[in-house]
Parts: sequence; structure tokens; C-alpha cells
Amino acid sequence: MGLLLTEDEVMLRDTAEGFFADKAPVTSLRKLRDERDETGFDRSLWAEMAEMGFTGVVIDEDHGGVDMGFLAAGLIAEQMGRNLSASPFLSTAILAATAIREGGSSEQKSEWLPKIAGGEAIIALALDEGPKHNPSGTSATAEKSGNGFKLNGSKAMVVDGHIADALIVAARTNGEDGDSEGISLFIVNPKTQGVSTERTIMVDSRNAARIELDNVEVSGDALLGTVDDGMAVLGKVLNVGRAAVAAELLGAGSQAFESTVAYIKERKQFGSIIGEFQALQHRASHLYAELEIARSAVLAALTALDNDDPKAELYCAMAKAKLGSVAKLASQEGVQMHGGVGMTDEYDIGLFMKRIRVLQELFGDAHYHMNQFALANKF
Amino acid sequence: MYMQLYAYEIEDANMSDLKAFAAEVREWLEANCPEEMRQPISGDKDICWGGRNWKFQSDAQKVWLERMAAKGWTVPTWPKEYGGAGLSRAEEIVLQKEMKRINARSPLDSFGIWMLGPALLKFGTEAQKLEHLPPVARGEIRWCQGYSEPSAGSDLASLATKCEDMGDHFIVNGQKVWTSYADQADWIFCLVRTDNTGKKHHGISFVLFDMETPGVEARPIKLISGRSPFCETFFEDVRVEKHNLVGTREKGWDVAKYLLTHEREMIGGQNQSVSRPLHELAAASLGLEDGKLSDPMLRAKITEAEIDEWAFGLTMSRKLAEAKAGASLGADSSMLKYYGTELNKRKHELMMDATGHDGLEWESDRSDDGKMARSWLRTKGNSIEGGTSEVMLNIISKHILQLPGA
Repeated sequence: MGLLLTEDEVMLRDTAEGFFADKAPVTSLRKLRDERDETGFDRSLWAEMAEMGFTGVVIDEDHGGVDMGFLAAGLIAEQMGRNLSASPFLSTAILAATAIREGGSSEQKSEWLPKIAGGEAIIALALDEGPKHNPSGTSATAEKSGNGFKLNGSKAMVVDGHIADALIVAARTNGEDGDSEGISLFIVNPKTQGVSTERTIMVDSRNAARIELDNVEVSGDALLGTVDDGMAVLGKVLNVGRAAVAAELLGAGSQAFESTVAYIKERKQFGSIIGEFQALQHRASHLYAELEIARSAVLAALTALDNDDPKAELYCAMAKAKLGSVAKLASQEGVQMHGGVGMTDEYDIGLFMKRIRVLQELFGDAHYHMNQFALANKF
Repeated sequence: MYMQLYAYEIEDANMSDLKAFAAEVREWLEANCPEEMRQPISGDKDICWGGRNWKFQSDAQKVWLERMAAKGWTVPTWPKEYGGAGLSRAEEIVLQKEMKRINARSPLDSFGIWMLGPALLKFGTEAQKLEHLPPVARGEIRWCQGYSEPSAGSDLASLATKCEDMGDHFIVNGQKVWTSYADQADWIFCLVRTDNTGKKHHGISFVLFDMETPGVEARPIKLISGRSPFCETFFEDVRVEKHNLVGTREKGWDVAKYLLTHEREMIGGQNQSVSRPLHELAAASLGLEDGKLSDPMLRAKITEAEIDEWAFGLTMSRKLAEAKAGASLGADSSMLKYYGTELNKRKHELMMDATGHDGLEWESDRSDDGKMARSWLRTKGNSIEGGTSEVMLNIISKHILQLPGA
């Protein structure tokens, strides 16, 4: 893999760079937070993202998308990471779009994909239940009930679950806790009787939800993919999600790093610019190296997804593991090198640290993916 | 050697021409690469360095070098008149892939190919190229590098080996250290001081001379690994012909820097040549429990190292693809050198952890004469030679991050 961007990709990246810096900079996130916005995101921004084609980046043209692929999606996510732009891009345009494109019936595709591409529907993935990512640990259940199913269980860390027009719920139709088989996916209207949603504002001022499913009746048409084989769809969705989150981590980590380097070129102590101190120079240079290595991991994972590489899952695990630790290091070093002001709310570096903390946890932290990597390599 | 390890993407090239070339290469390799040269390298003895006094390990090693050199494929992208085959980058990639496909060994490894060659191609006169490059390509002359001195290590530009102008020739006096394989080399490319009146980067010149010239003495240095890949090299009234000055007099630092970026890429890439994955070595030594390495703490560290190694390899390919064919990577070569050598040290520490008591054996046949332990010790030099890790971080600070005072 040469991992070079094509002209189209460079153009997309430049467009996204200008767009998010202009329309959704860090000050927008602060505004949503400080005004205690009920949705936690900006609907007009989402509409503009739809006009730009960002929401349809992985949706085929027949369903209203621009079909530019996963590398393109990652380039957009990276720019959102740089600006801490709040939007349902990950939940809806990446995860839900991939789930429906991969596993949806033609009716489901016609119903949802154009709405996602058009910015008219927000869809959240309700998968994890406990404190850590664990897809095969799904214990929510879906029992046969007439022609449909009856869902029970509780979900946590449902990103954008508080504003979703539909939920993609993973529930067990067979097997036991820990089995990766026996899980099925359902598209559920959150207004259905028995669904209760609690908005959970997270440390990064972004939003997720805890969702309770209490005897929720859905029709047979709600099934997404095949009964008991939800993992076939979910596996792809999670790979894509991990690569996209790794791309966002790359953006957030790079921005945290660059603003720290800019800061140590200005701050004076002991009569010197602190960037003259070798103790800081070497740590900054080490981070530069780590971020370059991390960038290759992200580009390779996204490219492997676009190429349907048989090792795509391993690439995504590698990228998520690497970015989880590198972006965390970038934010930790960033706060330390900012000194006292790094601890203040006024400076952005703390916001980057918080967002990175959430992203590194999403869909498996570095430890989770290191373990997956080792298992895949049979050790 | 190292250049063959990177997978390049073929772009822009005429694919059907390349396919025809690939078929031709495949057929030729099939017919000409001796079976013995398709076996994995088991130790240093299997690497062919060439030179006047080279003793071939086997007939196969000799035949393989001769056949490849006749094709110009020991230095495939060099122009034909200098012993190469004039291949494009895309064709070189094809050749590398085809060689890798049958596990063909590199026919010739040499500092002449990796370091002197690129420098002469860029800075040498036509006569210098014609005199020195073809013997490098054929493996007839083995070169060594005279850079570091006892008082000029990381601070290389403070070198003091004196080179006096005697009218029709130069006379060199001084001492070099860490001269790789100087005791086995035929010629040396050497940094000398022709002027000491200005700043330290000025007044350095790049000269070439035969190691058999009277007044040259190389003494091997015994290392912690018990091996002696380096020498102290002494020059006493050594006569150097004027036509063996490369580039502009007093501006040898430009040649030196250009050559150093090639050296750094080479050292940074060395960790990729360890053939067996770390986890396999560990599994063979420690065993698995429920499909997992039996030591969970070591398992985590090995995993982290292998992930870093994979991502580092991807970065090597990306950076080389970004720098256009033949172009230098600039300061990023320092980043690759830093990361690659630190990673290699980490890997060898983990290899020692994984092999435990077995890895500590120093002299037995069972341990291949202490190969594990000696390699582990050798890697400690990776982050010192060719510029220490600290100097690499300084270079990144100065040239990439542009931090003040760096």
C-alpha cells in the first residue's frame, strides 16, 4: 500500500477542512454545551453536511448518496476530530448507513438510505450494554412473538440515542452471553411502547443514551439481516466504525499536538521560550513520530475496507489500538505542556483530552483491540 | 537488501508493459536463481558483501552474483553505463516482487550500493562514476565509510582528520572510528578537513582512497556482542589523488548529509528484516494456554510491538511513496531512523524475555553461537550509529517542528 491520496481525495479533504473549521469549530461545541442545547448538535450544520454530500459518503448513488467510500468517510471524520465538530455523522452516516447498506432488505434501503443521505433521519446503534465494549456479550433478548419479535434488555453508550429517529438494536435470538452467534439486528422506532430513553451527557459534552427495552413489540419487517446472524452485518459495521473513530482520533490527536507545539513556541518562563527546552522538544518530536505512524495505520485500515481486503478486520483492530494510545498520549502531553492553563476550561486542550477519552473507549479500547489482534494471530 | 522489503504501489506505469516485464523477470529468475539462493538466510555468513578478498560461501553464491550483475540487477535503477539496468521505479518494484516470490536472496549487499552509489550519482563527475560505480555493481570493490572520529560522533561536523593540499595531490592524517568493516573493505569514502578557518560545517571535503594505500591501518573494535563489525582506522601521511575529491572542495558536508539520509533510512528499516514474527518465537518458547501465550503480561507487550511494527512498515512505504522516485525524504528520514531503531531494540528485549534461559547461551551450537544474545546486544548500537536517537529528535525539533533554539 502506498497510502497516497488521489486528487479527488485531496480535494475532499481540503473541502472538509475548510467546511468544519468554518462551520463547526470548537467554539460551536462550547456554545452547545454552555447553552445546554437539548439535542447537543446543530441541525442546520447537519443540513449543510447533507448538502455537501458528507451524509451520503458511503451510500450508493441509487439511494441518494455520493458513494465515495470509507477512505473518504475517514477524511471527513478526521476533520471533525480536528474541530471537535458535534454531529450525528458517526452514528448515522457511518454506522447506520453501513448496517443498512450491508444487511438491509430493498425496502429498508429505500426507506432509510435516502433519508440518511438527505440529512432527514438520525439513526443510532444500540449495541453495548456494560461498561466495556463487548459485542458477543449481548444479553438483550428478542423472542418470537406472533409474526414479529418482543425485545427486552438495556443498552448503554448509544451514541446519539437521545435524538434518534430509529434505533438499530442488537438482541439475542439464540445462544448465550459470550456467543457471537445468535445475535440479530432490528430497526426499532424509539417511540414504540416499552422503549425508554435517558439522555446521557458525556465527559466530552457530546451525547449518548441509556435505553431500556421492556417488552417492545416489533414486526418481522424490523429484522435487519438474517436471524441469528446479525454478526455478519455487525462485524462489517464495527470495522467501519472503528476505522472512522480512529480517523477522528487522528484528527483530534493531531490538532491537540499542533496547538501544543504552537503554545510552547510562545510561552516564556525563566526568560526563555519553553519550546527551547530539550525536555519538551524531545517529547514533542517523539509525538510527531507516533502521529506519523498512527496516520499510516488509519489510512491503511480505511483503504483495506474500500478494497474488501480479507485482512480488513485486522487492519481496523491495529488502527483502533494504535490510535487509542497515540491520541491519548497527544492529549496528555498537551495538557502537561500547557501547564496551568491546560487545566482551565478556557483553553481548548482539555476539550480535546475529553473527546479523545471517549473516542478511544468507543467500539473497543486499545487493550480490547490488542487482544483481538493477538487472537487473530493465534497467540 | 532493505530497499527490497518495501511494497510499493505501482502507479502511472503502463500496466501491459509491466506485465510483460514481470513475465520476463519471472522466467529469467526461475532459470537463473540457484536453488540454494532461495533458502532463508540463516546468519551473517549467508550475506554476500563482495570485494577483492571476498570468499564466496558457495559456488551458488558466486554464480548468483555474477548472473545478477551481468543483468545489471544488483543495482537495477542505476544507468546501464554504470553497471545498472536502467530500470524505472515501477520495474524495480516488479523485480523486487518477483524475487520475493521465489524467496531469492539479495545477490549483493554493500555500502557501495546503499551509500556511495547515490552520493556519486548525485555529486560525482562522469569520470568518477565510470571508475567507481561498475565495480560496486559487480561486487568487485567493497567500500567502507569514514565518518565518525573519536571527538566527532553525534557532533559529526566537528571532525578534524586533516587533508593538506600538496599541489598535485592531498595528504591525509588523522583517525576515524566506528568504520564498519574497514578491515575487510577495499576503498573508503571519507570526510576530511581541508580548511579549518571558518565555521565547522565549512571546510569539510569528501574524498575517496584505496585502503591499501601506505599509511592506512584498520584495527577491529571488539563490541559487547563479542563481534567486531567496526574498526578504528588510522591515517598517517596517506596520499590521495586530487581526482578522487567528490563534489565541491570545502562543501563535503552537503555530500555527507545527503548520504546520511540514505544511511538513516537503511538503519531504520533494518528491523523489518527479522523474519520470524515475535509471537511465533514466544509461542515456541513459552507455549499457549487456551490459544493465548502463557505469559499474559509478555503477550500484551508483544502485541503492542507487533502492531507498532506493522504500522511502522506502512509508514516506511508511505513516506517512500510520498518522496518521489529517488528523492530524499529530508528530515523524515530522522523520524524513521528514530522510530525504527527504538522499535528494534524493544523487539530484541522482548525476544530475550521470550526465550529466557535459552536466549542467554553464548557459545553453544544449540544457540547458533549465542545468536539471540549477540543480536540483542548488537541492536543497542542501532540508536547510536548514524546519529543517536537524541540527535534524531533534535533534527525533528529543528527542521519539522521548527522549535526555537533546536
